[in-house]
Parts: sequence; structure tokens; C-alpha cells
Amino acid sequence: MFKGGVRISSFKELSKEGEISEFPIPGKVAIALSQHTGLPAKPLVKKGDTVKEGQIIGEPAGFISSYVHSSISGRVTSIENRNLPNGRTSPCVVIERDDTITGGKESGPAKGWDSLSPAEITEAVRQAGIVGMGGAAFPTYVKLSIPSGKKAECVILNACECEPFLTADYRVLTENMEGVLEGLRIICKALSVNKAYVAIESNKKNLAGAIEKHISAMRPLLDAGLRILPERYPQGSEKHLIKSVTCREVPSMGLPIDVGCVVFNVQTALAIKKAVCCGEPLIDRVLTVTGLVKKPGNLRVRIGTPVPDILEACGATLSTGRKLVIGGPMMGVNIPSPDVPVIKSTTGILILPAVPASGKKGINPCIRCSRCIGACPMNLVPAEMGRYAEKKRWDDCRILNINDCIECGCCSYVCPAERPLVDLFKWAKAELRRNGS
Amino acid sequence: MNEIRCAPHVHTSESTSRIMFSVAAALLPAMIGSIYYFGPGVMQVVTVCVAFCLLSEVISKKLFGRTASLKDGSALVTGILLAFVLPPGIPLWIAALGSFLAIFLTKELFGGLGFNIFNPALTARTILLVSFPVQMTTSYLVPFSYRTDAITGATPLAALKEGLDTGIPAAWEMFMGGRAGCIGETSTILLLAGAAFLLLRRIITLHIPLSFILTVALLSLATGQDPVFQVMAGGLILGAFFMATDYVTSPLTGRGKIIFGAGCGIVTFLIRQKGGYPEGVAFSILFMNMFVPLIDRYTLPTKFGFSGKAKK
Repeated sequence: MFKGGVRISSFKELSKEGEISEFPIPGKVAIALSQHTGLPAKPLVKKGDTVKEGQIIGEPAGFISSYVHSSISGRVTSIENRNLPNGRTSPCVVIERDDTITGGKESGPAKGWDSLSPAEITEAVRQAGIVGMGGAAFPTYVKLSIPSGKKAECVILNACECEPFLTADYRVLTENMEGVLEGLRIICKALSVNKAYVAIESNKKNLAGAIEKHISAMRPLLDAGLRILPERYPQGSEKHLIKSVTCREVPSMGLPIDVGCVVFNVQTALAIKKAVCCGEPLIDRVLTVTGLVKKPGNLRVRIGTPVPDILEACGATLSTGRKLVIGGPMMGVNIPSPDVPVIKSTTGILILPAVPASGKKGINPCIRCSRCIGACPMNLVPAEMGRYAEKKRWDDCRILNINDCIECGCCSYVCPAERPLVDLFKWAKAELRRNGS
Repeated sequence: MNEIRCAPHVHTSESTSRIMFSVAAALLPAMIGSIYYFGPGVMQVVTVCVAFCLLSEVISKKLFGRTASLKDGSALVTGILLAFVLPPGIPLWIAALGSFLAIFLTKELFGGLGFNIFNPALTARTILLVSFPVQMTTSYLVPFSYRTDAITGATPLAALKEGLDTGIPAAWEMFMGGRAGCIGETSTILLLAGAAFLLLRRIITLHIPLSFILTVALLSLATGQDPVFQVMAGGLILGAFFMATDYVTSPLTGRGKIIFGAGCGIVTFLIRQKGGYPEGVAFSILFMNMFVPLIDRYTLPTKFGFSGKAKK
């Protein structure tokens, strides 16, 4: 186990039992060309083009980049800059649905993948435009391409979903466990690894029996094990998950592969299975809509679906005293306007109580209670880093290893003075990047 | 319109003001005990200290244009703690002056809440002690004497230092609080009750109080003193649980807190044995306050990704 972290009420019971429901195909989608880590995709369509469901509309612009596919059949009405749910802006291909256009990419019968080579699997994943669906949106095929000199020893399926409120991964694992675990086997084949772990938090203990059954069935082919980890945020953070499962510590500024581990999210594994077995590109995902909404639940939505459509269908209204958060409550983004499209990394849509704008300026002083130090899973000293950042002493922040901060939010969560520590650290890190250190 | 906030969007229910009011609540039992032992005059000292602390805070805020408000409760806690380290018979104008010294001089001049180097209540007490040595050392009341004709007496530590036969109470008396001393320091049991509340509320940890008290006890034992007497006769219990644990003026990490507490214990013992004053708790805490930045620098936690196991 890792040191630090916080225990938070999970609020998962709001949507935990809600079966995944198909959200209707929207009349209009806006598909971001930059919804992944790395370079934005280059558009392959222009205004007026007709596109089919599953058709490639953007191609990778470099090694760390991704294909982008149309999630509906219709006509391209424009390519324009839009705000994204992650707080950034990106050129988006706006497509209007046209039901007369048919012949979208048929998902063929499930093919066996035993005969495929690791390179062929990786290429299928690349073609399908799969990126990490846990929130980071790192192109998955890059993760499957191990750099020379490194060796993958084990694969961890991250089913922790440690953010409060979110239940999408839990539902996907519950309803399609076979598909997810087949995805895990495909990943292991692509990485030539025969050691795998499925990691869940203890609040999903009810799945343990079923997971055990599945993994014991695949044991002759793959040495897999189940790890039930304590419910402690940020259990699902890549570095901390690796520490909890394997006792290995990813070195500062290093990558999981430095300790021989590769971690995949539940929905990423399922997308890989669908891509490799059925040739299906990544055009939809499951997300949780919850919080102060009339009908909380888990929805399968097309990438590019306007968030206002989803809010309306779930009986969610925004008003003073209610805010929209995309993602989990610990790391999600509070966006000012709901007018954004769903992207591949959208894990949830939350309506949470908000503080009315008071116009109050200034940050409360740190009382040095040291709660943040106990809570920091990276064992940093947020109290001191926050004081330096407040005074724009970026170099002092760097000396305290601010660049190791994973922005998990534990320090801000426990701070009795409600200091916006993560906010300050993001600022300091951006300034340090700008100054090239 | 709502405020756009950066993550996280959930927050613990703990707040600065809840912590401060909890500390104030934890001091209540000892305060009531003190009224019982030393009479209603105690209430006057507490009221004057709190009132003048709040007043000094308001004036300072106006003067320096600070945003923090009275609602955070820190001035209230400073007021009570200052009263607790003054003799029950102290002239009220000295208590008022002390309040100003605690808030304005020690805290606000250094940048306000969170920025002071020294414990405000103890700094004020120390300045008063060197400025008004007579009033500060001869205003200790004999317990229950207020019921007849208030008479002053020596504290147990002073009695010991001067080799007096009288004035050294039994251990049980000291445990309950029936001995001469500062307003809030005499009752070990009532102070421990308040401390237990703070421990349960997870506002303080045992690192500082335990290392502080154990150091004094062990050093006493090693030099043939009575450790029980040394622990309960002066301001050690009050100092260890309520003064040395002050967040702002104590180290951040567990290891640092243990070093800090042990340092306080050593200095307290040395002053009591070798110094000119009978009591050294206040001096020791102020002395160790100066080492806090240094202790913090050398007791940083081992960061994730830097442990011996992690290889590049």
C-alpha cells in the first residue's frame, strides 16, 4: 500500500445499480480532433462531406496522436473550434445526422485473435483510435509499443474507479466481464506478458467471485490474479495502483514501464477487445450522470454527443447553487457552460452544489496543521509548496518536487483553510514548464 | 452566478474555525476548574484577555488590510490561552496589555495568522514576566482562599526552588488542581480531559505532548527528582498539550514534532534545575519555536518514487 490518500464518502450508491442504458443517437455531434494526449488529429473531411458511422475523419499527426472516427452517419456541417469538457478548446468536426446515409462500418462477426501477432494487435488498436478511457486519454497503441531497453512484466487492469460518484467502469465490468477480461488477455498477448492482475477497490467486492471464476478459467493461458484493495482515494492512480499491487515504486518523473508494469482501464480493455475481435472503432463510451439529477445512471453515449442533450434526458438543471463537473469530484473540471461535446475521456457528468460567486478575494492563510502532508500520496509537502506558489517562488516549488504532484486533490480536500492548493500547484507547474525546468 | 472552482469539488467538513472553537471548548473544563479553585476573579482575567485580543485583532486587520476574519476563532483561543498562563490575581490592566502584545506584536506584525514564529500567548507572558516581575510572581492565589481573604502563595516549583517547606502539595492535590499556579495550569485531570477531546477530534497528535512530557519525566528520574511532581507541578501539562502543539509554531512532520517535543523537554528541565526561574515550560517552547524552520527542513518525508527500492 501507499502512504497518504483520503477516505471519502463514495456516493456511488446513487448510480451503482443503474444498468447501462443506450443514449439515443443525437441529431448532431461535434467530434474533437484533439481529445487525446499528444498532437491533434489532422482532419480528413471537409464541410459538406458525407460520413458514415465509424468512418475515419481524422488521422494521427505524429507518434503520440490518434485516429478520430465519426460516431454517426451524416453530413459535415463545419469544422470549428469548440470548448471541450476538459476545459481546453479544440477544432471539432460537426456532423449532422442523416438517416438516409447507410452502410456504416458493419461490425463483423467476432474473429479469433489467437493468430494475430502483437504488432497486428497494436495496429488494430491504433486504427480504432483507442485512448486511455480512465481520464488521461493517452493513445493506447503507444502504451502497447514498449520502448527498446524496457520490458513489460505484468499488466494491471484498473477497475478501482476510486473517484467518488463514478460507477461507469463498475457497470461495464459487471455487465460485460467476459469482454473486459478478453480485452485483458489481448493486451497481454500484445505485450508478450503472461502475468496480469485485476485490481478492484473493496467497495466492488461483490464482483470478486465472478472475476475469480473468469480468471481461473483463463489461468492455463495467463497467470492472472485478483487484488481487492482498500477503498482509499487515489487507489486508482497509476503509480499508486502499481505500488498497492506489486509493491514497486515508479521512480520520480518515471513511467510505469520503468518498473515493468502497464496499466489499463476497464473500458479501454473492452474497447481493445471490440477493436481486435470485431473491428469496431472507438465511437462510444459509458459515462455516469449523477449528483443533483432526477435520474442518475450510467449511459452509453456516442463520442461528440452534446452534454446539454444528456443533461436534459437525465433531468438535470443548472442554476445558481448548482455546478457542472465533468469527471469525478476530486479531479474533474467545473466548466462554466454545458455546451461541450462528450470526448473519449469523459468519465462522468456531475451536478454538484456550488458556492454562489461572492466576489471575495484572497486565499485563507495556511495554519500549518500538516493535514495535507498526511494526505499527500506522493509524500510531498503541500503546505510549503502552496506558500511558495502563492509568492510565485517557482524555483522553491521545484526543489520540493512539485513536478511529482499528480494533482489528485487530497491536499485541497483535507485543508481546513480551504486553500486552493491543487490550483496553485497547476499554476506553478505551468510556470516551471514555461521557464523550461 | 456560481463561482468557477478548480478541483476538488468536495471538501472535508473540517475548517480553521471549527478547529479553533474545538480548542476553545477543550479549554473550558480547566477554566471552570480554575473558577472553582481561585474564585470569580478568574473570569475577569479571562474576559479581559479575550476582549482585548479580539480588539487588537480588529485594529490590526484595519491597519494591515488583512482578509482573514475574527470568525476564524484564533484570537479567541489566544485570549483564553494567555489568561491561562497568567496568575489569578494579576492586575487587569497587565492582562489587557498582554493581549495586545500577543496579538499585535507577536502575530500581526509577523504577517498574521499562520506567519508568527513564536507562540503568541507565551511570548506575551514572557514579556510581562520581565516587565512586571513583581506582579507576575506574587499574584498566585492559594486555592479556595478567595472565600475568606484572598491570600497569595508560592507555586510548588517556586517553593521547591527556594527550599520552602510549605507550598508543596500532595500528588493527588496537584492532579486535581488544588495548588497555587497560573489560571489554567493547575488541574492535570481537567487539562487531560480537554486534551483527550482534541486527540479524539484528531486536532492534535500525541507526538509533541508525549515526547515533551516523557523527556521531562525521564530526565527527572535520571537525576533523582520526583518525576510525578515535575510533570504536574508547573505548566507542563498545559504547555505540552495546548501550547507546544500550536500548529503555526510547531514542525510539520511527525518526526519533526518528536524532535521539537524532546527539545522542549530538555530545555524545560535545564531551566528548572539550573536556571534562575522556577519554571521553564514557556521559555522552552519559545526557544524551540526558533528551531522549527530548521527542523522542518531536515525532517521532510521520503517522497514517493525516491525510496531505496525505486531504481531509475
